[in-house]
Amino acid sequence: MNWLAIAAIYRFEMNRFFRTLMQSFLSPVLSTSLYFIVFGAAIGSRIREVEGISYGAFIVPGLVMLSVMTQALSNASFGIYFPKFIGTIYELLSAPVSFLEIVIGYVGAAATKALFIGAVILATASFFVDLSIAHPAAMVAFLLLTCFSFALLGFIIGIWAGNFEQLQIVPLLVVTPLVFLGGAFYSTSMLPPVWQKITLFNPVVYLVSGFRWSFFGMADVPVGWSLLAIALFTAACLTVIWWIFRTGWRIRS
Amino acid sequence: MPAILSIRDLRKTYQGGLEALKGVSLDIEEGEILALLGPNGAGKTTLISIICGITTASSGTVTVAGHDIVDEFRAARALIGLVPQDIALEPFEKVRNTVRFSRGLFGKRRDDARVEDVLRRLSLWDRRDAQIKELSGGMKRRVLIAKALAHEPRVLFLDEPTAGVDVELRRDMWEIVAELKASGVTIILTTHYIEEAEAIADRVGVISRGRLLLVEEKARLMKRMGRKQLEVELTDPIPEIPPALARHRLRLSRDGRRLIFTYDRQGRRTGITALLNDVAAAGLVLRDVQTRQSSLEDIFVDLVHGEQA
Ligand SMILES: Nc1ncnc2c1ncn2[C@@H]1O[C@H](COP(=O)(O)OP(=O)(O)OP(=O)(O)O)[C@@H](O)[C@H]1O
Ligand SMILES: [Mg+2]
Repeated sequence: MNWLAIAAIYRFEMNRFFRTLMQSFLSPVLSTSLYFIVFGAAIGSRIREVEGISYGAFIVPGLVMLSVMTQALSNASFGIYFPKFIGTIYELLSAPVSFLEIVIGYVGAAATKALFIGAVILATASFFVDLSIAHPAAMVAFLLLTCFSFALLGFIIGIWAGNFEQLQIVPLLVVTPLVFLGGAFYSTSMLPPVWQKITLFNPVVYLVSGFRWSFFGMADVPVGWSLLAIALFTAACLTVIWWIFRTGWRIRS
Repeated sequence: MPAILSIRDLRKTYQGGLEALKGVSLDIEEGEILALLGPNGAGKTTLISIICGITTASSGTVTVAGHDIVDEFRAARALIGLVPQDIALEPFEKVRNTVRFSRGLFGKRRDDARVEDVLRRLSLWDRRDAQIKELSGGMKRRVLIAKALAHEPRVLFLDEPTAGVDVELRRDMWEIVAELKASGVTIILTTHYIEEAEAIADRVGVISRGRLLLVEEKARLMKRMGRKQLEVELTDPIPEIPPALARHRLRLSRDGRRLIFTYDRQGRRTGITALLNDVAAAGLVLRDVQTRQSSLEDIFVDLVHGEQA
C-alpha cells in the first residue's frame, strides 16, 4: 500500500474543502435552519407529534441523512470527475498508485466532508429542538456507513460521467427523489397501505429508518433490515468499483 | 551500459481502429538525452503515454530499469517523471501545494527543502504561494516540470516542453535539461523544433505514422546524411557562371559574389579540388571560402517525405 499517496490525495481533496470552508459550513447551517422554520414551525404546528416524538425532533435524522447522502455523492463524483475534466488525471494514472489507493483517497475525503456537514447539521438542530440519542454507537455507525457508501456511489458516477450534465443527472433524477420519498420528513406508517408497500422498494427508507431508530429507538422497518440494506448497497458499489478497476473502464484508453 | 528503458515491439490500436504505433522497439541508455522528432499525429505522445501508464498498449513490452511497466508498475513508475504536452493543473491550488502533492503521490515523504530546491531551480520560488490560475502560460509549464521533478525521477519525459514558449524560457529549459543530465537523469523529449534536438540531444529518433524510422547519434546522423555546402566568395562580382565552370553544377548568389557548391562528404571524391582548380583557371579571385553542414531539419524533411512518398 502506498500510504503516502493516499494521504497526498486525501489532503489535496480536503484542501479544496478548506478553501471554501465558509461556504461548506454556512450552507448546511442555513438550510437546516430554514427546514426547521418551514417544516418545524409551519407543519409542526399542525402535526405536533409523530409516534410520540415532537415533529421538530422527528425530522432531524432525515434531515441529516438527506444532506449527508447528497454531500457524499456530489463531493466524490466531483472530486474524481474534475481531474478528468481538466486533464490532471494524467498524474494519477502515471503515479505508482493502484486504483484501490485512488478510491480510498477520494472516497475517504468525500466521506469526511459529508461527515463534517452531518455533524454541523446535528449541532444546528440541537439549537432548535431537544435531541436525545438512544444508541450513539449505532448512530455513528449508520452515519459513517452512509457517508462511505454514498461516496462510493459518487465516485462511480464521477468515473462514468462524460460531461457536467451527466454528473448532475443521477443525483438529481434518482437520489434526491428517493431521499424525499424515503420517509425523511414523515413516518412511512403515515402513508396509505399501498404506498407503504411501494416504499419498501426504496433503499433510502431503510437507511433513514435505521438512523432514526438510533435516535429514538423506533423505526419504520426492523433495524436488521436497515443494516442488511446498507450492507447490500455498499457491496453493490464495491463490486462496480472492482469491475472498473479490472477493466480500466472510462479511465485508461 | 545497460538500457534504463527498453521498448519491445510496442503496438497500439485505439478504439475505433486507428493504429497509432506499429511495432516500436527502442533501447535508451541511462543518462542520455533522446529527442523524438516526428510530424503531428506520428505517435510520440501515444508512445510516452503507454510508458507512463496513461494508456494501455495493445501488445509489446516496456521495462524501466528492468521493471515491467504492467507487472511491476509501482517500481517502474516510481522512476519516471512526466511533463505532459497539454498544460493540466488544478487552477485554484497554490504552486507549492501542487508540487508537494506530486511528491506524495509518488510515495515520497514530505521534504520541504527538496520542494524548495525544485521551485528555485525553475524560478518559481517567488510565486510559490500564488494560485496556478494567476500564472502565465510559461510559468505553468515550469510548474508542470516542477511537479515531474518533485519525486526525483531517474527518467524524465518531456512532451513538447517548449511548445508556445518564448526564446528566453526555451534557453532556460535547455539549461535545466543540461543540469538534469549532469545529475544522471535520462531524458526523452519530443519536439517539433529541430534546432532544439540539435542543441541538446545526444541521440535523435524520427517517428512517423507509428513507426520509428531511425534512431541514431545526432553527430553521426548528421555526418551520415549530412550534405555540405562550399561557398566561394569572390572579390569581384560576376554576372553569370563562367562556361568553364558549368560542369560543376554550381549556384551563383543573387549579388554575383558567391558561388555555392553542394557536395556529399561521404563520397570518395567530393570534387572540391577540381572545382578550385577550375575557379583559379577561370581567373576568378577568391576572397573567402567556407563550408556549411546541412541541418537536422533538412535530414528530417528528407526522411519523412521519403517515407510518405
Ligand atoms: N485517445 C485517442 N483515441 C483515438 N485516437 C487517438 C487518441 N490519442 C491519439 N490518437 C491518434 O493517434 C495518433 C497519434 O497521436 P499522438 O498524440 O500520439 O501523436 P503525436 O506524435 O504526439 O502528435 P503531436 O505532434 O501532434 O502531438 C493520431 O492519429 C491521433 O489522432
Ligand atoms: Mg503529442
